[in-house]
Amino acid sequence: MTTSESTLAASRVQARAGHSPGRPDGARQADLSMTRKKASLRIRLRRDKSLVLMTLPAIALLLVFAYVPMLGNVVAFQDYSPFVGIPDSPFVGLDNFTRVLGDQGFWLAVSNTLVITAFQLVFFFPVPIVLALLLNSLLSPALRSTIQAIVYLPHFFSWVLVVSVFQQVLGGAGLLSQSLRAHGWQAMDIMTNPDTFLFLITSQAIWKDAGWGIIVFLAALSAIDQEQYEAAAVDGANRWHRMWHVTLPALRGVVILLLILRLGDALSVGFEQLILQRDAVGAQASEVLDTFVYYTGVRNGDWGYAAAAGLIKGVVSLALILGANKLAHLFGESGVYSKS
Amino acid sequence: MSTITKPAATVSAAVRRNKSSRPAWEEEPGPAAKIGKAAVLTLVVLAVLGPLYSIVLTSLSSQATITSAGGMVIVPGEITLDAYRQIISGGVVTRAVLVSVGVTAVGTLLSMVVSVLCAYGLSRPGSFAHTPILFTLLLTMFFSAGMIPAFLLVSGLGLINTYWALILPGAISVFNIIILRGFFMGIDRGILDSARIDGASEWRILFQIVLPMSKAVTAVIALFYGVGYWNAFFNAVLYINDSAMNPLQVVLRSYVLQGVMIPGQIAVGQGAAPSLALQMAVIVVAVVPILMVYPLVQKHFTKGVMIGAVKG
Repeated sequence: MTTSESTLAASRVQARAGHSPGRPDGARQADLSMTRKKASLRIRLRRDKSLVLMTLPAIALLLVFAYVPMLGNVVAFQDYSPFVGIPDSPFVGLDNFTRVLGDQGFWLAVSNTLVITAFQLVFFFPVPIVLALLLNSLLSPALRSTIQAIVYLPHFFSWVLVVSVFQQVLGGAGLLSQSLRAHGWQAMDIMTNPDTFLFLITSQAIWKDAGWGIIVFLAALSAIDQEQYEAAAVDGANRWHRMWHVTLPALRGVVILLLILRLGDALSVGFEQLILQRDAVGAQASEVLDTFVYYTGVRNGDWGYAAAAGLIKGVVSLALILGANKLAHLFGESGVYSKS
Repeated sequence: MSTITKPAATVSAAVRRNKSSRPAWEEEPGPAAKIGKAAVLTLVVLAVLGPLYSIVLTSLSSQATITSAGGMVIVPGEITLDAYRQIISGGVVTRAVLVSVGVTAVGTLLSMVVSVLCAYGLSRPGSFAHTPILFTLLLTMFFSAGMIPAFLLVSGLGLINTYWALILPGAISVFNIIILRGFFMGIDRGILDSARIDGASEWRILFQIVLPMSKAVTAVIALFYGVGYWNAFFNAVLYINDSAMNPLQVVLRSYVLQGVMIPGQIAVGQGAAPSLALQMAVIVVAVVPILMVYPLVQKHFTKGVMIGAVKG
C-alpha cells in the first residue's frame, strides 16, 4: 500500500508541475532538499488540501455539538444556575457526586437500567440469531427477501409510533382487551402495569428491532463457504452437527462484536421508549439513568446534580466499552477497534 | 473436475442457492420441521403486519363500524375517509406534518452533504491529517457528553425554539460516515488515480466518479438520516416550547398516548369512536412517508450497508 501511495504522490507532483508552469523550479528543489519528514508533510498537505477541506464541516459540527458539551460537563462540579452562567457559578468540588451517590433515586435508576439490560440480553439478543438461521434455511430467494423486507420495517418506526401501536394492541382499549371482553373475561391493561413492564418493553424492543438485527447475521451466514457444509455432510455430519461446527463458529465474531457494543451501551436503555411510558407505569418501574438525568436536570432545574449523574454514566460506559474490547482481544477476537 | 478453482466453486454455490433447489448433500427436513418453520415465520410476519392492518382499517372506519367492533377494527365494515378529511383540513396535524417534512428535508440534505464530504475526505489512509481527523470522529462514539451539557449548549447558542435545534445537534452520525467511507474506500483505486493523473480535482472525482458509483449506499444512508429526522421526538420535547412548532411525533404522542383531544373532533356524548379513527389516522400519517420511501431503498440494505460496515 505504501508503494502505491508514493507512486500516486509522485504522479500527482508531476501532474501539478505540468499544470503550473509559472511556478519556479527552485521551490520544488527546496522542497525536496528539506528533511524528508517535513517535506513529505508539506507535499501531503498541498496534495490533500481539498480532502482535508472536505472533512471540515463535519469536524466543525462535532467540535460544537460533541466536544464543547464535553467541556460543559464542568457544571457537574458547580452549583450551576442558568441565570448566573457557567463562568460565574460557584465551584463545589465533588459535592454533586457525593449527593448523587447517596441518592436512592439514583440507585433505583441504576438498578432498573441494569435489570433491563440484562433481561434484554437474555431475551432479545438471541431472537435475531434464531430468525436469521430460520430465514437462511429458506430455499426460495423471493420468499426470503419478502420476509426480510417485512421484518426490517418496524426498525424505521419511531418510538412514539411503536408505543402507540402497542397501546392499540395491549392497552386497556386495545385489541387484546377487546377480545378478552368479547369472550366474557376481564380486560387487562398491560400498558400501565408496572409488574409486567419489563416484559412489555422487551417485547416492544423485539418488535421494533429484532428483525433489523438479523441483517448482520444474514451477512455473516452468506459469507460461509458452502463447500464447508458439503464437506461436513460428506463426512457424515447431520444438520445439527453442521450448525454446531460450521454455522455457529462462523457467527462467533459477529456475536462477540455485538455483545461488546451492547455492553458499552449497557447504561443507555431505550430512553425515548421509557420516557414515553413513564407516566403510564410510574417512575418506580421505569426510571433509568437517562430519564433520571432528564427529570432531575431539565425538569427540576438541579443542573449540576443531573450533570454529575450523567457524567458518571458517561465515564462508566466508556470504561465498559474499553473493558469489553480488551476482553475481546483476550479471546482472540478483533473487537471494535484494534491497537494500531 | 480438478480444474475448478476455489472462486468458481463459490460462484457455483451461490448459483445453486439462487436456483432455490436443495443442494444434493442436504437432507430433506421432516414434515414437523417444515410446519414448525412455516408457523414461526407466519407468526413473525403477522406480528408485524397485523397491528398495522388494524390501525389502517380503523382509521378508515366509520363510527358505526368502530362502535360495533368495540374499538379497533379487524373485520372491514363501512369505509370512510372522514378522519383524513378532518386532519388535512388544516389545524394542528397539518402544521405538524409541514414542520416534520421541512425539518426532514433540510436536515437530510445538510447531513448528507456534510457526511459524504467527510467520508470522501477520509477515504484515503495516509493523506494529510488522516489519522487525527478519524480519531476526532471515532472518539465521539466512545464518550458522549450527556444530555445536560448538550441542553445547556443549545440554549446557550440561542437555538431553543428554533428548527435548527432539531437539526444541528444530531446532524451527523459518525457511524453513517464510517459506512460511507468504507464504501468509498472499496472503489477501485485505479479509476480514481487515472482521473487524478488527468488533472481532475478531488471535488470533481467525488461528484462525477465516486458518487455515481455509490448510489446504493448513499440512498441507504439518506434513508437513515431522513428516518432519524422524521422520527425524532425527544429533541423537540427538550428544545421546542412553542406548541405551534411541534413536529408530528410530538403531536402523535399527545393525541394518541396522552389522550389530548384533537381540535375539532366531536368531544360530546359517544365521541370515542370518531376520535379513535382520528388517532389512527394520525398514526397512519406518521407511517406513510416511511412506507413510501422504504421499498425503494430496502433492496440496497445488504449490498450497501454490509459492505461498508464490514470493511469499516
